[in-house]
Amino acid sequence: MSATIQTFEPAERPPTTMGARLEGELMEVSMGPQHPSTHGVFRMNVALEGEIVRKLKPVFGYLHRNHEKIGENTSYLGSMPYTDRLDYFCSMTNNWAYALSVEKLAGIAVPARAEYLRVILAELTRLQNHASLLGFLLSDMGAWGTPLMYAFREREKILDLFESLSGSRMMCDYMRFGGCRVDAGPDWMERAKKIVDSFPRFLDEFENLILSNEVVIARTQEVGKLSADLAINAGITGPMLRACGVNYDVRKVDGYGFYPRFKFRVPLGEHGDTYDRLMMRALEMRESVGILKQAFEQVPVGPVMNPKVKIRAFRPPAGEAYGRIEAPKGELGFYLISNGGTNPYRYRVRPTSFINLTVLEDLCLGHTVADVMVILGSVDIVMGEVDR
Amino acid sequence: MSGQIDEGLRSELQRQGIWVTSMQDLYNWGRRSSIWPLQFGLACCAIEMIATAASRYDLARFGGEIFRPSPRQADLMIVAGTVTKKMAPQIVRLYNQMPDPKYVISMGACAISGGPFKQGYNVLKGIDRYIPVDVYIPGCPPRPEALLHAFMELQRKIDGQKLTGDNRAEHLNPAQPSEFPVPAFGAHDLEPPANPDVFEPPKIERT
Repeated sequence: MSATIQTFEPAERPPTTMGARLEGELMEVSMGPQHPSTHGVFRMNVALEGEIVRKLKPVFGYLHRNHEKIGENTSYLGSMPYTDRLDYFCSMTNNWAYALSVEKLAGIAVPARAEYLRVILAELTRLQNHASLLGFLLSDMGAWGTPLMYAFREREKILDLFESLSGSRMMCDYMRFGGCRVDAGPDWMERAKKIVDSFPRFLDEFENLILSNEVVIARTQEVGKLSADLAINAGITGPMLRACGVNYDVRKVDGYGFYPRFKFRVPLGEHGDTYDRLMMRALEMRESVGILKQAFEQVPVGPVMNPKVKIRAFRPPAGEAYGRIEAPKGELGFYLISNGGTNPYRYRVRPTSFINLTVLEDLCLGHTVADVMVILGSVDIVMGEVDR
Repeated sequence: MSGQIDEGLRSELQRQGIWVTSMQDLYNWGRRSSIWPLQFGLACCAIEMIATAASRYDLARFGGEIFRPSPRQADLMIVAGTVTKKMAPQIVRLYNQMPDPKYVISMGACAISGGPFKQGYNVLKGIDRYIPVDVYIPGCPPRPEALLHAFMELQRKIDGQKLTGDNRAEHLNPAQPSEFPVPAFGAHDLEPPANPDVFEPPKIERT
């Protein structure tokens, strides 16, 4: 929005094609918080030399909503709707991560049907999150609108499923400690099966449209390379870590829920650039479709709620627990300390996209300012989770 | 003007292939059929705003699909999401940068009153404290249909705006401000905490 000229320490400047070194002042540009491609209200102060990024400083806090403090002042159940609003694309996985950590804290068992439902809903969430991410990423690249329309067409179908199950399109508030709130009927399962069966057709269409597109390749390959060492040291998780070739998926590592019962592969990248991160999402969607098909076959009948759990006036024993899951964006964890009361004593979220964002400067240095948007889009941030 | 034409005569003329209208109707028809919103999302509601503009709900049916990233080209600001006190000055500044006539839709519980995050120390308790709001949509987040309804309400409002006379539209009144003071970061809160020209705190009547 505003541009101020500021001098920085003369950084190491690369030689120009003519061999001479360019000497000039760096210009600091504030990108955001109102910017069409910052995925909400993210702001970056970028120091530019011509068009090349020499320094990048993220500015956070434009959407800080006191999530953790509110969590400490509400009952355990009362925090469940707030978790929907963390990463507002994936309310189901947020619910699951929170329910998992409370279940760990209080030692609650979950019935088999509820575990299967959770897997189904989490994988549906992954499908719609990755589909809309690809749409947004292409919008940032300049394919204004059209890929997003395709992605949102598929997303709406999945949101319809969420709505008929939980009553809300985005803010599902569906999982409970010890199960799920309501059972999914047989007609719901049939509809879900149909949508999942038709999803690969969308993927084929989408991949044909974009993944071999010359412009997409030129804009993404060798842009924003992340080394595996840096990714591990910075705590990067999710598709962004696997794009660097590190085989780490919490679904495989922890085997939480019923994931050990499913056969699926973890796609791995090689170069850690933006194209690999983009491909990771496309490949993960195919694996999610596979998991969903297995889940529809295996899902048993039975209760969806552990009848012994007293949800209202719920008091877990004193102690602490950390529950984590593989959310679409990476490892999402909730750390809870209980002192035996109705509210958690400490409530801490391990936000996926915030930690993935810490390497943004390393990814962007040396690239043009237009690439910053593409790199930011491939990190897949949601400001509700970054600022909380 | 159109109110002065006899409706029977008008429909008779229309049957003969003559379309009679007034400058005001034509002008308002043009304005309401091409509202350009500001492409500007704050939080969760912004995703529903995008869904409204995307394939299924298709805001283009109402002429509102051209989201402009620059406030200089926008007619409508959809405040979609939680307004924090860090963000509120930027929103007022964006509003000030929009050309007249300009309209505001306050989308969702947070933009109306702070919503579920109202107890937070840094969440603004409603954007109507600083800028005038035309349509409020409750919901957390409101469904795309609700946003479409708000859009239609806004179109209805634009349709009814008079160009001349004493009760002409506000933006045609030279005394009516089109810019509002941008709040500053004070020691504890935004300064001022609300703009008294725009915001009137709700009165609680006890019986």
